[in-house]
Amino acid sequence: MIETRQLTKRYGAFTAVDNISFKVEPGQVLGFLGPNGAGKSTTMKMIAGFLAPTSGGISVCGFDVQKQSIQARQALGYLPEGAPSYGEMTPRTFLSFIADVRGLKGKHREQRLDDVIERLHLNAVLDQSIETLSKGFKRRVGLAQAILHDPQALVLDEPTDGLDPNQKHEVRALINTMARDKIIIISTHILEEVHEVCNRAIIIAHGKVLADATPGELEARSRYHQAVSLTTSHVSAAREALSRIADVEAVEVDPQNHRITAFPKPGRQIFAAVSELVRAQGIPVSELQLESGRLDEVFRTITQGEQQEAAA
Amino acid sequence: MNTTLTLFKRELGSYFATPVAYVFIVIFLALAGAFTFYLGGFYERGQADLQPFFNFHPWLYLFLVPAVSMRMWAEERKSGTIELLLTLPVTMWQAVFAKFLAAWAFIGIALLLTFPVWITVSYLGSPDNGVIFASYLGSFLMAGAFLAVGSCISAATRNQVVAFILTAAVCFLFLLAGTPLVLDFFRAFFPQGVIDAIAGLSFLSHFTSISKGVIDLRDMIYFLATIGFWLYANAVVIDLKKAD
Repeated sequence: MIETRQLTKRYGAFTAVDNISFKVEPGQVLGFLGPNGAGKSTTMKMIAGFLAPTSGGISVCGFDVQKQSIQARQALGYLPEGAPSYGEMTPRTFLSFIADVRGLKGKHREQRLDDVIERLHLNAVLDQSIETLSKGFKRRVGLAQAILHDPQALVLDEPTDGLDPNQKHEVRALINTMARDKIIIISTHILEEVHEVCNRAIIIAHGKVLADATPGELEARSRYHQAVSLTTSHVSAAREALSRIADVEAVEVDPQNHRITAFPKPGRQIFAAVSELVRAQGIPVSELQLESGRLDEVFRTITQGEQQEAAA
Repeated sequence: MNTTLTLFKRELGSYFATPVAYVFIVIFLALAGAFTFYLGGFYERGQADLQPFFNFHPWLYLFLVPAVSMRMWAEERKSGTIELLLTLPVTMWQAVFAKFLAAWAFIGIALLLTFPVWITVSYLGSPDNGVIFASYLGSFLMAGAFLAVGSCISAATRNQVVAFILTAAVCFLFLLAGTPLVLDFFRAFFPQGVIDAIAGLSFLSHFTSISKGVIDLRDMIYFLATIGFWLYANAVVIDLKKAD
């Protein structure tokens, strides 16, 4: 378990992390979301034991990060922001070094090294110096380092940043395979990632937790939740007809692709009514979709609402 | 202890993975040789000792040691690896100590490679090997003191050029602490007691007394205490500057 209790970090008058408390249990993959400068990295640095909190406490797998620092670090795998590693080393020498510092020995050490090299597809570049590797490989070397000792808890700061779509997919698959019995915290800007790997999301801005829910619950807060979108060649006729449905609150047309979205009144469901209407009126529809909600919209509403409050 | 050794090996290995080690060793040996035989008048003196060789060590260290120490922490901070290093299960002391020892060992290797000078003087005459041994020891200790200063300053900045210049300047002050050049400056602000204390901090006078062949415990303690002090400051500086 990773637990933070009233975690606060101040730099002079500036409060980077403000009274954050949460618990992450094994089997949970927690996505840490927030605008740049929200305090995501600072929080992760404190969990990893790099920065000391101004006040509050953190425990990792039962070890207090401040008082039992070495045990807490043993239990944790950490990928710092930007996946730093020693450029003059090769992935082979670098990972051996990490294995030695982590105290891995003998057969187990060889097994773990083989396993992470295999999982992150590092075989082709094992003996090239890290500084000559592409961004994607550097990031994978960083990830390999974090999971090398098969830690109970993982903290990954933007694990897929700078990867191409295929590599992103692989890293997410990797996180998913580890998710079952581990405690994982990842930070990301990419909201689709939350859907793919996280079963819980915390949105923070200005150092405060603004939302803590499952991705599904967050989506349900969206204006788009239960909305119905369709594409048709008869845009104005369809728009006209949709706005006459009793439970429809508003109808919008995307100015770019002319996709029409009908929003329901709060708590109402309109999918059946819309599909009925389309059939009855004979509107030629090339696509019809029930929206589950848009995380990016929820994210904007939550984080910007907070900003406006702060400004007021 | 194992952890320190692992960190030490990685650090020392990293010197030899880059051109730093080779450039440093070649230049150190070339300059040490040139100074000894040309400026030091090794042959002209007609004495079988290595005084002209060791006399130039403080001045060689003055600009070569900062070149080694400037990258110790500044580079870790710049590349972000400091966050990796200090979140591994190692203590701050292990990290500071291992890095320092690796750099010190590296300079030790360069110093050992000056052995042809000793062969030369032994071939030409019969030098006092005790004095030579003491001088090597003194030189090595002094290099450690320079390095500890440099390591601490390197932790205070992520800019290696700044680290180099500041280290050279601080080492220059310590080197000449016993001379009027430095003392006259402090005399304007402090009473005589403080001035005497500053004079006692001179690297040069402690090195000179060891290299005369007298391995005085006080000189050894002086250098080890200086190293300890600067490494302690080093750890404090890292802790303070971690956040930026």
